[in-house]
Amino acid sequence: MSELSVNHLLGIKYLTEQDIELIFETADHFKEVINRAIKKVPTLRDITIANIFFENSTRTKLSFELAEKRLSADVINFSAGQSSVKKGETLIDTVNNILSMKVDMVVMRHPNPGAGIFLSRHVKASIINAGDGAHEHPTQALLDSFSIRERLGEVAGKKVVIVGDILHSRVALSNIFALKLQGAEVKVCGPRTLLPKHIESLGVGVETDLRKALNWCDVANMLRIQNERMEFSYFPTTREYSQQYGINKTLLESLDKEIVIMHPGPINRGVEITSDVADSEQSIILDQVENGVAIRMAVIYLLASKIK
Amino acid sequence: MPKRHDGQFTMSQKVLLTAKEIDILLHRLACQLLENHLDFSNTVLIGIQPRGIFLAERLTKILSEEYQVKDIALGSLDITFFRDDFRRGEKTLEASTTEINFIIEGKRVVLIDDVLYTGRSIRAALTAIQSFGRPKEIELLTLIDRRFSRHLPIQPNYRGRQVDAINEEKVKVLWKENDGKDVIYLINT
Repeated sequence: MSELSVNHLLGIKYLTEQDIELIFETADHFKEVINRAIKKVPTLRDITIANIFFENSTRTKLSFELAEKRLSADVINFSAGQSSVKKGETLIDTVNNILSMKVDMVVMRHPNPGAGIFLSRHVKASIINAGDGAHEHPTQALLDSFSIRERLGEVAGKKVVIVGDILHSRVALSNIFALKLQGAEVKVCGPRTLLPKHIESLGVGVETDLRKALNWCDVANMLRIQNERMEFSYFPTTREYSQQYGINKTLLESLDKEIVIMHPGPINRGVEITSDVADSEQSIILDQVENGVAIRMAVIYLLASKIK
Repeated sequence: MPKRHDGQFTMSQKVLLTAKEIDILLHRLACQLLENHLDFSNTVLIGIQPRGIFLAERLTKILSEEYQVKDIALGSLDITFFRDDFRRGEKTLEASTTEINFIIEGKRVVLIDDVLYTGRSIRAALTAIQSFGRPKEIELLTLIDRRFSRHLPIQPNYRGRQVDAINEEKVKVLWKENDGKDVIYLINT
């Protein structure tokens, strides 16, 4: 087994356990590469990658761009804000125009769930989903699992609780798929209004009491409250949310055991997580960011080697 | 690969070097290294992944145990991401571990690989090693040198045995620690 079972990375749902293992093993090597004096390898020098972002992003976009450049790929960037999309061009037309410039791979973020899947059926390029609405964000889930594996040795058998806005979160869904696939136990925790109905059907536990959830878990992945996706109020006030579902140092220290704290960023300091927790020894938030580059290099490398 | 009339593949192999002969070669190579590098204080040995590391480890063992050379810097270098045949074969190229836990800048580097064939791996290794700094000089040591099959102007500084093998033939080096025995085969595919 030495290649991915897929030609696109559209979601964790389409990957096998072996795919994830291969991505992690490859990422191990790239992590060593990005810690060298010269952090660049020439592998992808004949590959051109377009980063197409129809939605705002800082971390993911920078991380992908850095990963591409570390692999020596040529990179073009496109943000919907300053483009012909505003003039009414369709998604397929926009992408096909970009592909006419001999682009081999497209990294796309789009507000509509399934946009990447749709694109992969209609254009000739390898597609990486960098987030499609509230559906999936596969590279984030991969780097989260990779960071857990790095800190705790393995993902299998670990107990992970995902806290916060599960309803609007593509990070939550991709993480649930990835963690379950690798044999971890998963619970989601948050106010009832932010937990989707029938979430149990994905094989995850549901807990509304944060303290109970934290006492159960090895790892807590704290999600950001996504105000931009909320059309109306899901909880009375941010202050009340923070009191019930935010982690602070006092809560962390009163737990039965030491747990690992993760956050996909950007952090709302003082809302889902306080500064002293975010910056503590137990937090692996910045490791997640570093691992993001290695994981994305691995995904791009493995997909690019399937382009003939 | 030629097929017999019954559809089976034919393959023949002959022993090129036995364990005893390999041992003699290894000792000679170790002595040649010793002659040029004396106490190895400014020298680093780099085994090229995946199969050059066994040779590098074996030479280091001989140098330290039989010639009392202390503290030899030994590393391994993976060249996968520096190869020039990415996407040209069927399979995804799989990487191995790189472990260079010392400074290369200003050092005398000896690249070590088991078989020198087209020279493309060594070309990749020469590029890859630059990621770790600017060595004073780079030498090449190889156990088997397949003559007349080079694609690039690359020659070894130290060679165990020169072999005239045609392109259809394959030289396979087996090591005790990895494959159960020391032997070198010439395989006719």
